[in-house]
Amino acid sequence: MMNRTQQPSITEPIHLHLHLQPARHFTLDNGVLVYAVEAGAQEVVQLELVFHAGNWYEQKNIQAATTNFLLKNGTRTKNAFELNEHFEMYGAYLNRGCYHERASLSLHSLTKYLPQLLPAMSEILSESIFPEEELNIYRQNQKQRLAVNLKKADFVANRMIDAYLFGEQHPYGKYSNPADYDALTREDLLQFYAQYYLKGNCTIFIAGKLPANVEQLLNQFFGQLPLNGTALAKPNFSITPSAQKKYSVMNDANGVQAAIRLARSFPNRHHPDFLKAQLLNALFGGFFGSRLMSNIREDKGYTYGIHSFIQAHQQQSAWMVTTEAGRDVSRATIEETYKEMLALQKEPVTAEELSLIKNFMIGTLLGDVDGPFHIIERWKSYILNEMPADYFYTSIQTIKNTTGEELQVLAKKYLNPDDFYELEVI
Amino acid sequence: MIEFNRFVLENGLRVLVHEDTATPMAVVNVMYDVGARDENPAKTGFAHLFEHLMFGGSKHIPDYDEPLQRAGGENNAYTTDDLTNYYCQLPAENIETAFWLESDRMLSLAFSKKSLEVQRKVVCEEFKEHYINKPYGDMWHKMRALAYQVHPYQWLTIGKELSHIEQVQLEDVKAFFFKHYRPVNAILVVAGNVKTNNIRRLAEKWFGDIPKAEKYVRHLPAEPLQTAARTMEVTADVPLDALMKTWHMDGRLHKGYYVADLITEILGGGSSSRLYQALVKEQQLFSDIQCYQLGSIDPGLLTIQGKLVKGVAMQHAEAAVNAVIQQLVEEPVSETELMKIKNRTESVIVFEDMALMNRANSLAYYELLGDANLINHELNRYHAVTIEDIRQGAQTIFKPENVNTLYYYSKAL
Repeated sequence: MMNRTQQPSITEPIHLHLHLQPARHFTLDNGVLVYAVEAGAQEVVQLELVFHAGNWYEQKNIQAATTNFLLKNGTRTKNAFELNEHFEMYGAYLNRGCYHERASLSLHSLTKYLPQLLPAMSEILSESIFPEEELNIYRQNQKQRLAVNLKKADFVANRMIDAYLFGEQHPYGKYSNPADYDALTREDLLQFYAQYYLKGNCTIFIAGKLPANVEQLLNQFFGQLPLNGTALAKPNFSITPSAQKKYSVMNDANGVQAAIRLARSFPNRHHPDFLKAQLLNALFGGFFGSRLMSNIREDKGYTYGIHSFIQAHQQQSAWMVTTEAGRDVSRATIEETYKEMLALQKEPVTAEELSLIKNFMIGTLLGDVDGPFHIIERWKSYILNEMPADYFYTSIQTIKNTTGEELQVLAKKYLNPDDFYELEVI
Repeated sequence: MIEFNRFVLENGLRVLVHEDTATPMAVVNVMYDVGARDENPAKTGFAHLFEHLMFGGSKHIPDYDEPLQRAGGENNAYTTDDLTNYYCQLPAENIETAFWLESDRMLSLAFSKKSLEVQRKVVCEEFKEHYINKPYGDMWHKMRALAYQVHPYQWLTIGKELSHIEQVQLEDVKAFFFKHYRPVNAILVVAGNVKTNNIRRLAEKWFGDIPKAEKYVRHLPAEPLQTAARTMEVTADVPLDALMKTWHMDGRLHKGYYVADLITEILGGGSSSRLYQALVKEQQLFSDIQCYQLGSIDPGLLTIQGKLVKGVAMQHAEAAVNAVIQQLVEEPVSETELMKIKNRTESVIVFEDMALMNRANSLAYYELLGDANLINHELNRYHAVTIEDIRQGAQTIFKPENVNTLYYYSKAL
């Protein structure tokens, strides 16, 4: 007869052997590096071209994001509709994304259609024309979208907390205003496109079931473009954090919840504390069983969810707590969050709690390196952030070896309530 | 082709096993055949609140999450109008922990008073976060009530109003559990690096002794055929006017469902779809517009919704939407356009099936629909749809008396 009160025996995930399939790499004729992961059973492929074309490089606010968004809205031979129809005809998804340092153009498609789709992607990267009409439509719709978003407390809070941390002039801290859309011209887009895409600095990541001639295909369509010819001049931005620490904003007098953001600056991922801090973060507010969730959701019911995380910025990061809590319990939520910080400083975590968090992290990491798209995402992150090749294995060792005392030292160093910006938006 | 083995325990629990040796992980998915449509109209939001309570401790295990996390697993759950699904993923070595956890909460919850008190508050905050404290957050509440007069789809999964959730008592929780959360109303799917024989042994061991109980047979009132167009006007503190229109469509198992789904693709799938091209790009009447359906098991709603460009009159915007629809009703779609939407559909299915979790979830869903093997015929059903089917489908769905329209006006104007 089995005993239902007793957990069946388990293999502790910290004793599992984790393996990250290596990415092979090769160079196209123009010097563009390609990282490739061949894996998975389905006949699908994910291709991403990453450019140094984030908002770090723009002269005018939203220049980078707008250029990136309108990349596929017209080339010399195809208008926006024809381009979209072409990709959708093959059931493919052409996406773009713009971040702080980088911007990308990515394709998800069935492997068999690559030969039909790569020429159009290549055309986008050599002959985009950014029609005035497309910019006008985009401008109008983005301004409307912004007006809607500004009614949302969480959206407003996200913008403001970044501005406090980095300053409104810094690429990590600045945000869009309606006037920015009016000020942007077609020439701004053409100029940014010419410098950061046409003659830009590019790295390619491809994963899935790859065609046998993948190198030749990529070389044919991307290896002949005038990419990676000029050294990239990366501007310097200094961080100018706000002097005032506590903010309370009334965005909507009828709001029934407060969007709460608590944040402090934190070193980037090359700092020796970074990996261990991931462990402390998980314990603090990084997963469902964290201290913040257990206390503020599962014991007090103040919120549907409360989370902490460390931003993945390159220059300097930030440690952030986010939640939406009932308006009447907003203050109590903030106080409880501070209590949890102090508790982590005061008492070292028990061996049991530490072992749980380590096993949870390793177990989910095992799932996170399963399948071609997961694997290439991890490599992409390591490569773009210039992490050492064995970083995956270093991370695992760090998770396994970190002690409760080390986490307590880190909590004393980084989880001081006085160091945190405190923002409440109703 | 997704392979699986299927067997049924004596207590009625259906078990499906999908073996995939390429992954180190395993997924354990338990789907219960109960959703918001099975709720008492005076106690809406209950099925979803109940889902939260399933994490509040079971008969022999005070905490669900902790042992799972210790085994390297993570989990979640969701409730829809039609069903409730619980799933966890963990290293395949540790799969027995998932059997232990899932079987104990199927055997009996702890029915903790504290858990009910806390989760009532948590769900109220979820309600506020997603439906009250968000511009346009109440559109679907209003539309469901407009479009459904008798069928329980007239309320959302989160519930009609906060008070229903606040009033839930522990007795309600117990009654609901013993009515719906029985093996005979559940489907267990195990997927990943597992062997069917071993899963059969574990299923017998952990679930075999749970009492069978009576199968819940639903008798929901069918929504009568709508005979006249319905409209509703709302004014709210939002920056832009919005328009939402819905039409009744066939349920999940009918051929008409596939036709309707492809119609949503023609009208709203992707940036080359008809509504986007005509109304956002060419005529510039909407700043965004979508067309979709919710995959409801009972007859559902085909929906078009969008926000108007500032200064555009509601009647003008609506007339333009109707013109796009009229074209679909009158003119056959081209072979090329039909091919495009079928290719898109194929792509969606292939990409979805990449994730082990999705495969497990889909198997449970098709089993709940009546035949897990439907998972391998889904694409054929889409391919079987013809140009004539689309035309006839459009004529049936877009009958003038079948529409519900919500005019959502900005107070600012």
